[in-house]
Amino acid sequence: MKNRANVVIIGGGVVGCSIAYNLAKKGVKDVVLLEKSYLSSGATGRCGAGVRQQWGTKQNCLLASESMNIFEHFADILQIKRDIELKQKGYLLLAYSDKELEQFKKNIEVQHSLNIPSVLLTPKEAKEIVPDLNIEKLVGAAYCAKDGHANPFQVTLGYAEAAQRLGVEINKFTEVKDIKTKNDAVLGVQTNKGFIECTKVVIAAGGWTQNIAKMAGVDLPIYSERHEILVTESVKNILDPMLMSFSYNIYCQQEPNGSFIMGYGPENEPPSYNMESSWEFLETMSKKATWLLPPLKNIRIIRQWAGLYNVSPDRQPIVSQINQVEGLYVACGFSGHGFMLAPAVGILMADIVTGDNLTFDVILDLERFNRGEIIEEPSVV
Amino acid sequence: MDENKVIICRCEDVTLKEIRNAIREGFTTVEEIKRVTRSGMGPCQGKTCGLLIAKEISQMTGKPMEELELQNIRPPYGGITFEEVTKGTITENNK
Ligand SMILES: Cc1cc2nc3c(=O)[nH]c(=O)nc-3n(C[C@H](O)[C@H](O)[C@H](O)COP(=O)(O)OP(=O)(O)OC[C@H]3O[C@@H](n4cnc5c(N)ncnc54)[C@H](O)[C@@H]3O)c2cc1C
Repeated sequence: MKNRANVVIIGGGVVGCSIAYNLAKKGVKDVVLLEKSYLSSGATGRCGAGVRQQWGTKQNCLLASESMNIFEHFADILQIKRDIELKQKGYLLLAYSDKELEQFKKNIEVQHSLNIPSVLLTPKEAKEIVPDLNIEKLVGAAYCAKDGHANPFQVTLGYAEAAQRLGVEINKFTEVKDIKTKNDAVLGVQTNKGFIECTKVVIAAGGWTQNIAKMAGVDLPIYSERHEILVTESVKNILDPMLMSFSYNIYCQQEPNGSFIMGYGPENEPPSYNMESSWEFLETMSKKATWLLPPLKNIRIIRQWAGLYNVSPDRQPIVSQINQVEGLYVACGFSGHGFMLAPAVGILMADIVTGDNLTFDVILDLERFNRGEIIEEPSVV
Repeated sequence: MDENKVIICRCEDVTLKEIRNAIREGFTTVEEIKRVTRSGMGPCQGKTCGLLIAKEISQMTGKPMEELELQNIRPPYGGITFEEVTKGTITENNK
């Protein structure tokens, strides 16, 4: 392990690896990435693997569609051989009230201004796309055929591999224990395997980011929350798009290998680092899923697990430098959609660290909370 | 022995060759190999392949078997249908 670096990145999830690659691509030398376990062992390897562009704010649409562009040409852009198993069979967002449908209409207008090919559907049209869908109570739906799924392990490893090729040193099973600062500037990072002297540190540690920021004396307005998820045996293809409802609170899709993966946003889940599975989840999930897609009844559930959402006050990412400590940066608060935004976030963070103009016209800095510029995104689960 | 013909993970059809390639690429824990090859992601959750993979890692890296962790086995263990969960037949039977 190097004992000096230009930039140390903490966290080997999809965000940290994307940042590492993008920094190296910009020509930054001596970038070191530290991961306490294996790559994608955090939220990334536990996520629903959905990638969608149907958002309600211009900046989320922009980040998601730029990211989708990268997913579409991933192997070529990164010059790697990995197959990220991109499946573009759409996201079908279900509306169960007129109010929800109205919101979808507004969102679609925003999406169209950025050329995202989404459409509004009647329940009957939704059923044409998913013949097994229960359309009882359904008022309408929004659909974007270009949304879908990608394999989070392969995406993360792809970024890691490309970053290493460009000179980044990746240290797995290396835990950050402390960040040393002096006169409000970063001096280096203490790990369980030694000290690395550096003047720039990027924290991309998912659900653990707030703890690591504290090591440098910084309190971030974020918290972590358990989200559970399950996967079934693989069966023949019956569901093309990701099914998702904000009000019925569910997401469910069939992965390219044939297994279904699904979850919902827990209600009244206290902030915690708990990653245990619960029986309550299994039961509620089973009820929700079989109501929505009755043929699921006879399919076997084979595994359930949990991961952490890292939640920010407006449920939007924080991709920012920290004014309080010179040389400290964070990419966190993805609030459940960091996988699909990671390609664009990596580019943004590389801009911020190198002091360049932002490639995308977005506001994700930490100071927005002090300025009162809360981002109002209507479409989150 | 043809590495391409030896199946290590029967649920996900992963060959010995694929396992060895993953170890050569630097994935030297059972959990990592599960994620790059899908071994152990099927219904049996690695009950058969987990040990075989650990043995392979041990042989190729020289790490003693005792130091290798197997993959996490996650609930609901046996594999139950959604209907069994919603109707509660499993708990009934267990009474
Ligand atoms: C159940 C669930 C479903 C989701 N579904 C989706 C979805 O469908 N689509 C989507 O876009 N997003 C989804 N998300 C959100 C997505 O998974 C996250 O936003 C994203 O993975 C965040 O990536 P990350 O790299 O920031 O964090 P992580 O993947 O959590 O990576 C952080 C890494 O930091 C490491 N680390 C922590 N502390 C230290 C330390 N002290 N030293 C060194 N390393 C450390 C951890 O081990 C971890 O590997 C879901 C999340 C969950 C939990």
